Amino acid sequence: MAVRVSMKVNGKAVSGEVETRTLLVTFIREHLRLTGTHVGCDTAQCGACTVHMNGKAVKACSMLAMQAEGADVLTIEGLAKADGTLHPMQAAFKEHHGLQCGFCTPGMVMNAVDFAARHPGASEQEVREALEGNLCRCTGYHNIVKSIMAGSKAMATGK
Amino acid sequence: MGAPLIGARIQRKEDYRFLTGAGQYTDDVTLQGQTHAVFVRSPHAHAKIRSIRKDKALKAPGVLAVFTGEDLAAAKVGGLPCGWLITDVNGQPMKEPPHPCLAQGKARYVGDHVAVVVAETLDGAHDAAELVEVDYEVLPAVADASMARAKGAPVLHEAAPDNTCYVWALGDKAATDAAFAKAAHVTKLEFINNRLIPNAIEPRAAIGLYSRSEDAYTLYVSNQNPHVERLLMAAFVLGLPEHKLRVVAPDVGGGFGSKIYLYAEDVVVTWASKQINRPVKWTAERSESFVSDAHGRDHHTIAELAMDKDGKFLAMRVKTTANMGAYLSTFASAIPTILYATLLAGQYTTPVIHVEVTAVFTNTAPVDAYRGAGRPEATYVVERLVETAAREMKLDPAEIRRRNFIKQFPYQTPVALLYDIGDYEATMAAAIKLADVAGFPQRRKEAEARGKLRGLGYAAYIEACGIAPSAVAGALGARAGLFEAGEIRVHPTGSVTVFTGSHSHGQGHETTFAQVVADRFGLPIESVDIVHGDTSKVLFGMGTYGSRSLAVGGTAIVKAMDKIIAKGKKIAAHLLEAAEGDIEYDRGVFKVAGTDKQKMFGEVAFAAYVPHNYPHDKLEPGLNENAFYDPANFTFPAGTYVCEVEIDRDTGTTRVVNFTAVDDFGKIVNPMIVEGQVHGGITQGIGQALTEGCRYDATGQLTTGSFMDYCIPRADDVPSYKVDTRETPCTHNPLGVKGCGEAGAIGAPAALMNAITDALGIKDLPMPATPQTVWKALQNKKAA
Repeated sequence: MAVRVSMKVNGKAVSGEVETRTLLVTFIREHLRLTGTHVGCDTAQCGACTVHMNGKAVKACSMLAMQAEGADVLTIEGLAKADGTLHPMQAAFKEHHGLQCGFCTPGMVMNAVDFAARHPGASEQEVREALEGNLCRCTGYHNIVKSIMAGSKAMATGK
Repeated sequence: MGAPLIGARIQRKEDYRFLTGAGQYTDDVTLQGQTHAVFVRSPHAHAKIRSIRKDKALKAPGVLAVFTGEDLAAAKVGGLPCGWLITDVNGQPMKEPPHPCLAQGKARYVGDHVAVVVAETLDGAHDAAELVEVDYEVLPAVADASMARAKGAPVLHEAAPDNTCYVWALGDKAATDAAFAKAAHVTKLEFINNRLIPNAIEPRAAIGLYSRSEDAYTLYVSNQNPHVERLLMAAFVLGLPEHKLRVVAPDVGGGFGSKIYLYAEDVVVTWASKQINRPVKWTAERSESFVSDAHGRDHHTIAELAMDKDGKFLAMRVKTTANMGAYLSTFASAIPTILYATLLAGQYTTPVIHVEVTAVFTNTAPVDAYRGAGRPEATYVVERLVETAAREMKLDPAEIRRRNFIKQFPYQTPVALLYDIGDYEATMAAAIKLADVAGFPQRRKEAEARGKLRGLGYAAYIEACGIAPSAVAGALGARAGLFEAGEIRVHPTGSVTVFTGSHSHGQGHETTFAQVVADRFGLPIESVDIVHGDTSKVLFGMGTYGSRSLAVGGTAIVKAMDKIIAKGKKIAAHLLEAAEGDIEYDRGVFKVAGTDKQKMFGEVAFAAYVPHNYPHDKLEPGLNENAFYDPANFTFPAGTYVCEVEIDRDTGTTRVVNFTAVDDFGKIVNPMIVEGQVHGGITQGIGQALTEGCRYDATGQLTTGSFMDYCIPRADDVPSYKVDTRETPCTHNPLGVKGCGEAGAIGAPAALMNAITDALGIKDLPMPATPQTVWKALQNKKAA
């Protein structure tokens, strides 16, 4: 059954016709063609699909597009400034080599931004625990953790 | 001319697009008129296919076609080829049963591709796939390699009535047995090198596109070696001339070996796109990846090490059964032979080694190269034996290694390899220092006071990277060359585009290769771009696997740069009115020796493209060169890893508390990227040792088919690592580089298991050392 959904994505009002079973991630990727949000599993483990909904990190593979009706959604494409300047968390990932193949990266960054905003000054162990729902097969997490610690600091100091 | 770029921690050029969601992975590509494919896969490990009824599926909304093995056979679509012919102990070729792209009469593992549904939408294809009625007659199955040759075991293929692909051997058996007869001590271990599922976070994906107007195909595919994919598919499966098939491997989200191979899905979407005259896309769901990606490892091994009374190694004897799965994947046959048996000398002077490998077919997914590919299995054999031998002989594990290290190079091993260079004492000494091994007894005491068991283990690994040379590989059965190709296109104003046959799927070639080129040409790194992954752009390529990219692909680029500079000298000589022999070149400057007369790289490039003042009688205009490079030998990275674990007695939970890696990768172009490769490799190695174990039950059902029951390490399963390098430059490539992509996964499992068995005070423990396994071992020890 087709339904119409409307929401705000990266500051822009969008709407589209979807099936009731259409996932939010499918709406974002296939209908809006915002392909930075990835799908890496089918059991909500990998976190590659993480976006922000109303300011909170959510896994877009684990909810229906309809559930985001009227919501304010932020995807990786909307994180940097309009002039292309990277968000401090994105910049920290670049500086600390927090990514390799880049596939898990959008989800990692979106989760990290939400986590850092809610837990400024978190310890390494807390960062590692916060990444429980984001899988990376390339980096061994070492540099992701470093990136998040640095990005968190940069966010807190407004740099 | 700026600061040297070789050896600099340059931030990656590719990061911006990945960090902003602008990467273009295969599933991100949407073609005009694109349709969607869903594969119908066998739910049974072994079954006869009595019939397949398509009619209901064909009537479902939006369905365009349903194809089965019969359709492919009628269209004369071939099976998937194996790229390496192993000759068995009797001089006979290995058994190569047909590997159809859609099952022909029989399904041989859970996930075997039986039919494909193509529909307008993905949901429509999924729905219709449920309507394809396959009438299976379930047959008995065998999943365990050690049971495959048992009397009465179910037979998978007519071509291999005893389920045996080959029995192969290397080394001098008589000399090895004689040395064992004289040994003062023999250490023996029997273990399983656990089967792993690679799980790159980007699932495999492919889009086939046929153009009627050009009578040509394009395949977008998540793949590590697009030219190899093209060669195999065009020449061996579809019978197409290669210029009619373009393969694009765009951004690829990790490979680890699992995306080297030509897979059935790639062939089917390509072929189907012509049948329906529309692009056909398939993207694996993770559950599909688990059952259908090529798996790794799965060896059952009995290994013995013979020593004299001082712990000097006299001989090694190894017998391995390797699980090939149900069919031979692209390089499956080479992994437990050429890339395993040849590494059993390790870093040691063991004078004689004999190894026998039996490769068997089972009702499981095909097994092929996974990060390390044969070398982790070899390192596990050698380093578990050596550490166990040290314990049995009451020798310090570092000391027994020191007594047996190879110290003179080049060194010919008894298992075919010629090590060009290394300094094993240096890497081990550095690792011992960095890991503060001296402080371990104190740390162990403190841990005991907290009720924890603490253990320390070493692994001194060696690997062979950049498999080569082609002539030798060919003599050993390779059906492909192992060179690499590169092209340097200097633009009129002096910027450069480099085309490489290597493929980057996380390794950072766009940065590392640009550093190599920008450094030599005296350019800012922004002036050099790297292009890879498209057979229509790159002249040729063998791709990225076996840690070969910089050593082989980088050298091809260096050879092309040599030609650019040689031509540039001729142009500069003309412009400077000097003899060509008087022109000196250094990082972008062509200079008349002993004078201040010079031309910059950009000026020479400009003259080549705006040849108003140009030696037309001697030179063609333009500045564009390519080169192919076939290495003289493998490279031999080596290093020592030291791992410390703490084990909770009550729960059996193991925590890796310290992990130290000191590697010798030869010259290093970008230390930041190299460290990242090591971190990732170690984590996959920790995964193998602690958390990852692929399991099939007795009926051949995969019981570890999702991230919920196959545990790849999470961030809080691993520590931060201490990594460092020592450097003995490779002697036979101009960059002096060796390769760093697999080392971590090769060295880590043995270091972990040596640490865990040290902590528990037991001889051996199967991987993965899950809390349950460890807890059981503790209970057994208590009971004993």
